Amino acid sequence: MNEVIREFLLETHENLAQLDSDLITLEDDPTERETLARVFRTLHSIKGTAGFVGLAKLESVAHAAESLLSRLRAGDFRFNRAIASALLGVVDAVRQILGSIESNGDEGTGDYHATIVKLERLRAAGGVDEVEPSGTVSSQSTVRAAAPKSNLSTISPPPAATNLSTIGAPSQFAGKPVNATIERHKLDEAPLTEVAEPRTSTVADSTIRVDVGLLDKLMNLVGEMVIARNQVMQYSSTLEDNSFIGTVQRLNLLTTELQVNVMKTRMQPIGNVWSKFPRVVRDLSIACGKKVRYVMEGQETELDKTIIEAIRDPLTHMVRNAVDHGIEKPDIRVRNGKPPEGKLHLHAFHEGGKVIIEIIDDGGGIDPQRVRSKAISSKLITVEESSRMTDRELINLVFLPGFSTTDKVTNFSGRGVGMDVVRTNIEKIGGTVEIDSRLGHGTQVKLKIPLTLAIIPALTITSGGDRYAIPQVSLLELLRLEGEQIANRIEQIHGFPVYRLRGNLLPLVYLNEQLRIDAPRHAPGEVNIVVLQADDRQFGLVVDAIHDTEEIVVKPLQKHLKGIDVFAGATIMGDGRVALILDILGVAQRANVVSATRGRALADKTTVSVGEAVAERYSLLLFTTVGGGRMAVPLSMVARLEEFPAYLIERAGPRSVVQYRGAILHLIDVSKELRRLAKPPSRNGNGTRRKIASVTSVSNDSGTEGTTAMQVVVYAGAEGQVGLIVESILDIVEDEIAVQSQANRPGVLYTAIVHGRVTEFLDIEKLIQSTNLSIGPRAESALV
Amino acid sequence: MAETRQFCTFTLADQYFGLEVLKVQEIMRYQEMTRVPLAHTVVCGLINLRGQIVTVIDLRKRLDMPNRPADLEPVNVVVHTDDGAVSLLVDEIGDVLQLDEISFERPPETLRGTARELITGTYKLEDRLLLILDPERTVSLPTGNREFAHQAI
Repeated sequence: MNEVIREFLLETHENLAQLDSDLITLEDDPTERETLARVFRTLHSIKGTAGFVGLAKLESVAHAAESLLSRLRAGDFRFNRAIASALLGVVDAVRQILGSIESNGDEGTGDYHATIVKLERLRAAGGVDEVEPSGTVSSQSTVRAAAPKSNLSTISPPPAATNLSTIGAPSQFAGKPVNATIERHKLDEAPLTEVAEPRTSTVADSTIRVDVGLLDKLMNLVGEMVIARNQVMQYSSTLEDNSFIGTVQRLNLLTTELQVNVMKTRMQPIGNVWSKFPRVVRDLSIACGKKVRYVMEGQETELDKTIIEAIRDPLTHMVRNAVDHGIEKPDIRVRNGKPPEGKLHLHAFHEGGKVIIEIIDDGGGIDPQRVRSKAISSKLITVEESSRMTDRELINLVFLPGFSTTDKVTNFSGRGVGMDVVRTNIEKIGGTVEIDSRLGHGTQVKLKIPLTLAIIPALTITSGGDRYAIPQVSLLELLRLEGEQIANRIEQIHGFPVYRLRGNLLPLVYLNEQLRIDAPRHAPGEVNIVVLQADDRQFGLVVDAIHDTEEIVVKPLQKHLKGIDVFAGATIMGDGRVALILDILGVAQRANVVSATRGRALADKTTVSVGEAVAERYSLLLFTTVGGGRMAVPLSMVARLEEFPAYLIERAGPRSVVQYRGAILHLIDVSKELRRLAKPPSRNGNGTRRKIASVTSVSNDSGTEGTTAMQVVVYAGAEGQVGLIVESILDIVEDEIAVQSQANRPGVLYTAIVHGRVTEFLDIEKLIQSTNLSIGPRAESALV
Repeated sequence: MAETRQFCTFTLADQYFGLEVLKVQEIMRYQEMTRVPLAHTVVCGLINLRGQIVTVIDLRKRLDMPNRPADLEPVNVVVHTDDGAVSLLVDEIGDVLQLDEISFERPPETLRGTARELITGTYKLEDRLLLILDPERTVSLPTGNREFAHQAI
């Protein structure tokens, strides 16, 4: 392929994305003169070059489009949806032809006759497509004042502007006068001068196109330099020569700056991926019969090119999902009190060393119950398991492979492979995906992605005699316990170690055990804990020794080792030896610290045996209630265990609260609530439930003074935190839940044998709901 | 003029093996390795080869042979693959042999198990049999459901 054609292909490809976007802008606002002019120029240029290099098909298609556009520019009629569709069809045709040229060297076998005919018809009929009703155009009876736009000739520099002359004559269209001041281009002269004009803006002139392969090479070389620099620094620390050390420092600074700048070359704004979404949303919403407004925020947020490539498909899938499944048809929306037009909001921003991308729609939301029944009927989980799940966990079941709640599979996105693949792709680059949804209100998908993959700061640690690197982005703090502290602060309960960090329960994970290294848990006399964060959960990783933080080059593992979930890659340390980089999310999952991956654990189990009873071990908090019952809640729902003297409890209306860590914590006395729920509701004359006074008031049954300590389990629910007052906290245990019987009283989910004793599982959600109900009708939860 | 092929040869527990020379990147003496916990047993570790991180596979383990005696220092045979270089740990290096294609024979029927998967054929030499290994299969993990916890070196 010769150079001229290559250049032509490159340039046209760049223009096509802009064309898509411009045509949609024009469809919304036909008075955008500058945009119309730009579209015209692009197609004119394509036509010109195509003719020059002998691409006849392309030339004829572009020519037909250009002719239509020149009449639009002349103001003979206005841009409308039929025209937009036809011109978008031209863009597709151009893409197709370009693709064929790239792969085969010729224009391909596509027949664009129909497209050309349609364009000519539109041109002749003044924008009316016989097939489509002209209703869309005539509905635009209000004409935007063209006054500000008529200043174009003075503001913008293109030479064509000198040919402009203002004409007051309104154009006719199908009998509806268009009352506007229109500028008419001199058709014959204007095009030629416009072609000679420099392309769009001055920003384009200060950039240069570089082959991606070359950038990759640069990146690799910089990576090697970082390794060599680390080695030099290591040696220099052993020498005494001052001038040498000074030179090494300079080398260090230069390398760092070089690295930062080379990484910048690979950064691209995420808008590059988003740019094609307006078109996708438009086409899909027309096809689905929906109205969707697409809003982008933060499109200048930059990401490494490799990451952008990796998230392109997942993002497209989620956008399609939102339009296809999320947003309802206009009539349904209106029926539910929503505006007929749905909103799809894409928002990207930097936070804490990561890029956050939110995809928010105001559609119908995900129904946890539908998800649950679909998952059960697809044999992805059992009824038992599903009854133990919160709404949030149920919604997250959509990540299971083979899941899809659409009853009819559309062509667009409901094939049942979606969210599972999305999550795998995102996790492959070290990111996470979360879904949040409110039935009837909408859904929010949040992606968290690391800024860069190649060179990262990391903490070096030793475990079982070997060195490992922990990416600093996961690191929260470092702890060191010595001597007596070890016994006091680490609560070893039934072999399940937990550390109390400023009131928080921090699960401990012993790296030696996770890696199945045969070595003692930790060096005698000292315990080193690295406090890490994985996917919103915190845990403490116990290691033998902690060393320095340094910048390391991440090298991918080869296929033999890729599948090991605890390793994210490897690196070469300053002394030339290889060290493995820990994948913190993988370690957390393996240690069962991250409960959100129960979905993952469930998915793994289904590949082994479908429908088999799952004997999983759960971490449970055991406590007693007044009246003697042993009860349990999953430890994963517990934020803290607290103790308050009774005098701290205050009243806020009918509710009992404490001031807790700067906020108000509502309290529920579990024993009382269960008793109340067990009583049948008493009715007064008009059938409403009588409010039982002081239902949530907390008073010690034995009537002792306010200094009695109340044992409170702080539960972290979807709506906020609640304090559950229990009689006494017993233990934290790990056990399988052998369910004995379904609930035998309200407020209890079911009864099971835990550690050999009959234990009731508290239905916390029910308790929270019921305390709301007793206060009075209220739309949302009264909890903080 | 007969067609010949060149092979890099090495021994493992008195058995003689060969790999196509074009597939062999270099021979290296034994280096201390970084072990990889949780990896398959045949993976003995990672080494730094001029800035490239190379996985090392113990060929004895790969061929289900008994472990190497402790006093024997093995040698690294570094092999090209699409995924980067992979090193095979062998007992001792032999010569590069140039052999006639015509003498290449199918593997003997008595060959069982893993060896059967990895050996593509043999050459009858003067004093012994040379077993030719399939480079792609040899540097890959064994297929099948065996998953071993890594054993301490």
